[in-house]
Amino acid sequence: MGAEAIRVPAVEGWFTTGDGAHAPALLGSRCNECGTFAFPAESGYCRNPDCESSSFETVELSRRGRIWSYTDARYQPPPPYVAADPYEPFCIAAVELDAEKLVVMGQVVDGVTVDDLSVGDEVELVVDTLYHEDTTDYLVWKWRPVNRLVVTPGWEG
Amino acid sequence: MPEETRVAVLGAGMHEWGKWGRPFVEYGLAAARDAMADAGLGWRDVQFVSGADTIRNGYPGFVSGATFAQALGWTGARVSSVYAACASGAVAIANARAQILAGLCDVALVVGADTTPKGFFAPVGGDRKDDPDWLRFHLLGATNPTYFALYARRRMDRFGATEEDFAQVKVKNARHGLANPRARYRKEVTVEEVLASPMVADPLRLLEICATSDGGAALVLSSIEFARRHHGGSPPVTIDAVSTVTPAFPNTVIEMPNFATDSAVVSGAAAVGFRPSITAAAYAEAGIGPDDVDLAEVYDLSSALELDWYEDIGLCGEGEAEKLLRDGATALGGRVPVNPSGGLSCFGEAIPAQAIAQVCECVWQLRGSASGRQVEGARVAVTANQGLFGHGSSVLLSR
Repeated sequence: MGAEAIRVPAVEGWFTTGDGAHAPALLGSRCNECGTFAFPAESGYCRNPDCESSSFETVELSRRGRIWSYTDARYQPPPPYVAADPYEPFCIAAVELDAEKLVVMGQVVDGVTVDDLSVGDEVELVVDTLYHEDTTDYLVWKWRPVNRLVVTPGWEG
Repeated sequence: MPEETRVAVLGAGMHEWGKWGRPFVEYGLAAARDAMADAGLGWRDVQFVSGADTIRNGYPGFVSGATFAQALGWTGARVSSVYAACASGAVAIANARAQILAGLCDVALVVGADTTPKGFFAPVGGDRKDDPDWLRFHLLGATNPTYFALYARRRMDRFGATEEDFAQVKVKNARHGLANPRARYRKEVTVEEVLASPMVADPLRLLEICATSDGGAALVLSSIEFARRHHGGSPPVTIDAVSTVTPAFPNTVIEMPNFATDSAVVSGAAAVGFRPSITAAAYAEAGIGPDDVDLAEVYDLSSALELDWYEDIGLCGEGEAEKLLRDGATALGGRVPVNPSGGLSCFGEAIPAQAIAQVCECVWQLRGSASGRQVEGARVAVTANQGLFGHGSSVLLSR
């Protein structure tokens, strides 16, 4: 038996980790009366001031979106962030989801720098390790740039 | 302007900003005594104490009004203590003003002070998985500069702002603060120096992100009637409007410390965004517009954010802030100087004191006593600020 790490979401109920059949997704809420989405999921009250509903459905949010803006973290954030040692800077993107009409933040996957990103770029959601403690990998959602579609000349045939 | 919405500013006082780590009460007390001396009033003349709370200094910070009152010596004055993050000072002013306008008191003292830790602001300690401010650090490593940088990058993408524009804001504010005896940083910088400082959150560099500071600020406010009797006719500076608005749903701009914006799927984006709505409410209350403003103190948590404020307080249209800056309109001697005090750039942020300090600067500018940084002939001044979790803050003053 190898010392394979146990994989546990760093926060409960905010995203699915995916399996062979399903890609991972953020878990938000949709109001059963007015249809307003929220992330993280609302359970108490609808944010729409014209809606008094307290009934919500948990829904998977769009897995793809477009970058609203982005930055990076050159210095190690303070606790409760659990940083790798040595610290590796990472990017953070705010991503606009078209169907839900909301913007969600997330880290960008390792190996991407701000030079690789632009406002409007398409990204997709993945689940990745946020930090490692003892034998456990704590997981979080991250955004991964989607490669620009390569259109083969003459594709239309 | 209808007189019943105005209150007089009889005194303004500040403890200088710095980093000493002494008890926050000390700074607040010094500022309060400074403001009362400026007003020509004593502590026993104060009927209402309005404290702006700090959450990083234990229980006394959560009940700041009483803490300051006890430090000055119990007199039986009525008290209020409020927390509204960076907008705490403005809400403390709003509470004092409401007491005065309701006729419940004639003289009120507003005080805010803070002692801050070094480095990035971190959330209050403990394992708190239901607090978005804790979770954004834990799950994203998103510090305050992360959010400032998102806005800055978006300006670059949408309006063609450059790193040099952001640096120029810092250069301007550093120059403004040179002669301000209460500023923590009094040193001129060049664009080259700003651009050579370490990148913190791309595109923002160390010299463009406001520090965290110790400091204290206070105001003595009174009814117009009391001011007339006390001053024997010479009209003092007045507060003509205070805006403490919350956002209108759906707020489609990502706000610290949130993970996501509201969803605009049902109603579409709000007609007016949150930041523009803050001073709009103050202008509407006072019955004036941005064209009437002679100077502004805005919350430059980052150099780039000051450019957002130019547009949000109505000094120019969307996407025109860089031009306003490049034309020199917002520098001392320009059409409408912004942050003549030197702003957060020269002060650093002492959270509960900061919105009060903005008003102190406006008072001195309107009196013509802002030595070395005076906006000549200033008659109308506005402050703008935004507190975590949806606290708008703007105070409009005139003489």
